[in-house]
Amino acid sequence: MLTYTIRRFLLALLTVWAISVLAFAIIQLPPGDYVTAYIAQLASSGVDVTPEFAENLRQQYGLDSPIWVQYMKWTQQIARGNFGRSLEWQAPVLDIIGDRLWLTMAVSVSAVLFTWGLALPIGIYSAVRQYSIADYIFTFIGFIGLAVPSFLLALILMYLGFRYFGANIGGLFSPEYQLADWSLGKLWDLIKHLPLPAIILGMAGAAQLIRIMRANLLDELRKPYVITARAKGMSEFRLILKYPVRAALNPFVSTLGYLFPFIISGSIIVALVLSLPTIGPLLLRSLVSQDMFLAGTIVLFLGIMTVIGTFISDILLMWIDPRIRFERRE
Amino acid sequence: MINAPLLSVNNLKTWFFTDEGTVKAVDGASFEVGAGKTVGIVGESGCGKSVTALSILRIVQEPGRIVGGEIQLRRADEAGCVDLAKLDSEGKEIRAIRGGEIALVFQEPMTSFSPHYTIGNQIVETIQLHQDVGKEEARNRTIELLRMVGIPRPERRIDEYPFELSGGLRQRVMIAMALSCNPKILIADEPTTALDVTTQAQILDLLREIQERTGMSVIIITHDMGVIAEMADDVIVMYLGRVVESGPVDEIFHQPKHPYTQALLRSIPSIFAEPRAKLPTIAGSIPHPHNRPVGCPFHPRCVERIAGVCDVHAPQLRPVNELQMASCFLYHEPEEAPPS
Repeated sequence: MLTYTIRRFLLALLTVWAISVLAFAIIQLPPGDYVTAYIAQLASSGVDVTPEFAENLRQQYGLDSPIWVQYMKWTQQIARGNFGRSLEWQAPVLDIIGDRLWLTMAVSVSAVLFTWGLALPIGIYSAVRQYSIADYIFTFIGFIGLAVPSFLLALILMYLGFRYFGANIGGLFSPEYQLADWSLGKLWDLIKHLPLPAIILGMAGAAQLIRIMRANLLDELRKPYVITARAKGMSEFRLILKYPVRAALNPFVSTLGYLFPFIISGSIIVALVLSLPTIGPLLLRSLVSQDMFLAGTIVLFLGIMTVIGTFISDILLMWIDPRIRFERRE
Repeated sequence: MINAPLLSVNNLKTWFFTDEGTVKAVDGASFEVGAGKTVGIVGESGCGKSVTALSILRIVQEPGRIVGGEIQLRRADEAGCVDLAKLDSEGKEIRAIRGGEIALVFQEPMTSFSPHYTIGNQIVETIQLHQDVGKEEARNRTIELLRMVGIPRPERRIDEYPFELSGGLRQRVMIAMALSCNPKILIADEPTTALDVTTQAQILDLLREIQERTGMSVIIITHDMGVIAEMADDVIVMYLGRVVESGPVDEIFHQPKHPYTQALLRSIPSIFAEPRAKLPTIAGSIPHPHNRPVGCPFHPRCVERIAGVCDVHAPQLRPVNELQMASCFLYHEPEEAPPS
């Protein structure tokens, strides 16, 4: 198991390197470069720029050297923790991402907790009591949850919240805390604001997970080992949780890898509608304005998150399913 | 009553209510299991053998239900008998009997264990469900059980996963698990079907040896007449959910009464048969469960059917001599008027 873990880890490093190449390629993809955009910006504000000045700038930023040299420089800078400056914000990329990263994680983790907390029990119930009235009701709600776009749900909930509860809607903070420094009061304010985006973001996922859990568990419930356990005289509740549910968890764990980038990027549209200060809208804007280093950094982050997520889910899978553990011991 | 049977099944009916109609998987089966005896239930696939076993343990799965009959289990205490068919299928009482007094060995040793837990875990769990013992004690007992069923180096095997064991070993573990709470009745549902012949013989020997030691009753369900001949004291022949013949094993083999039993026995390959001779088979196939024949369920395939009787009246299981019972009009007159 240890050798396997080490091998996976080395493979993960290799993948991260490949992602960094891709992310850099994305930065380089738009026609022109940082200087072109910068000069265009200067020109538009009436400053006359000579070609020599542009040439100097290019040299200064190393943009005249071949692409692979630029890539080496970029990765070297990243290795030192310098992700470059954002063109649009005129500030280091890390400063811009900084706070948003934590807020995004707060929103996404609560959305994931909401999704799992809702979907697992309902999925189990729906499978065990297949074709019961409650199963039909959950199925119905589940399909509605799947069919309604989450931004629409966001709009409706915002309207209802405003109309009937007078809640200040959108964002993650009340106005008085918006620009305040972190304090217990601000944290509490954040916690109060989390449920709405968590529910909206988690709803579609929960609906989907309920279906997956129900289908998985229905498969497992028909396996002979369930009858064996029942023939031992176990109570239904303990039996179902110990045997088929554990087997039905596999697919959940293996999709963990995709959950991690979601935790960082969140849902862009919902974040825009709810004006959440998360990474998603930032990525969108940086792509639109060709803010190369910012976009590249976010893309790199998302890629690394996927790799880490997959790595963790692989390790977890080995832990919950001994068959995988033994297959890979060889 | 000293000679009262340990388990007596009376007119058991287990039906499955599917969307396509009702499947009468077991439709009026009656038999008795004496203490310390081995009863063999034999029949073709789909005759209701397994459903009978599941019914006794009350673990028939939806949409199946016991719709009639009784399953009387004689208890050790003075309380006398308990009708298993009347118990709440998820209640405490039946759960104490399941695995405790009546244990089940399955036909599929490959899939009958959960791959997620070690065999030790799954046996210890059974012991702790029925007996008030600590983890350590249960584990020691599990090692003893594994040794008893002939698993080499049980103190190491106990921590292995089911997929690390061969089919034969797995079936031994299954038997160890079934025996873990000293059941009074062991139901073995096709215990050797999935195993190769050598292993089959070993498993059957093991079952017999354990039975001699513990004095438990065994219900062995099989389609293999060879297994019946080797194991059973009494035989029950089932066809389409009904018992068509029952009696001691010698009588069943040497003077079978019911045409179905006779046909089954004829279709056993013999090493004395002429080479390349065709094995006699039973003409036709089992009717579709939605499409049960009127009258005797076997009459469309029966070589001795009596036109106007067998396809009209349903025969009942009645004594044909002191030891045997058969459900056939060759031996009885129809008792009821034909259904209008």
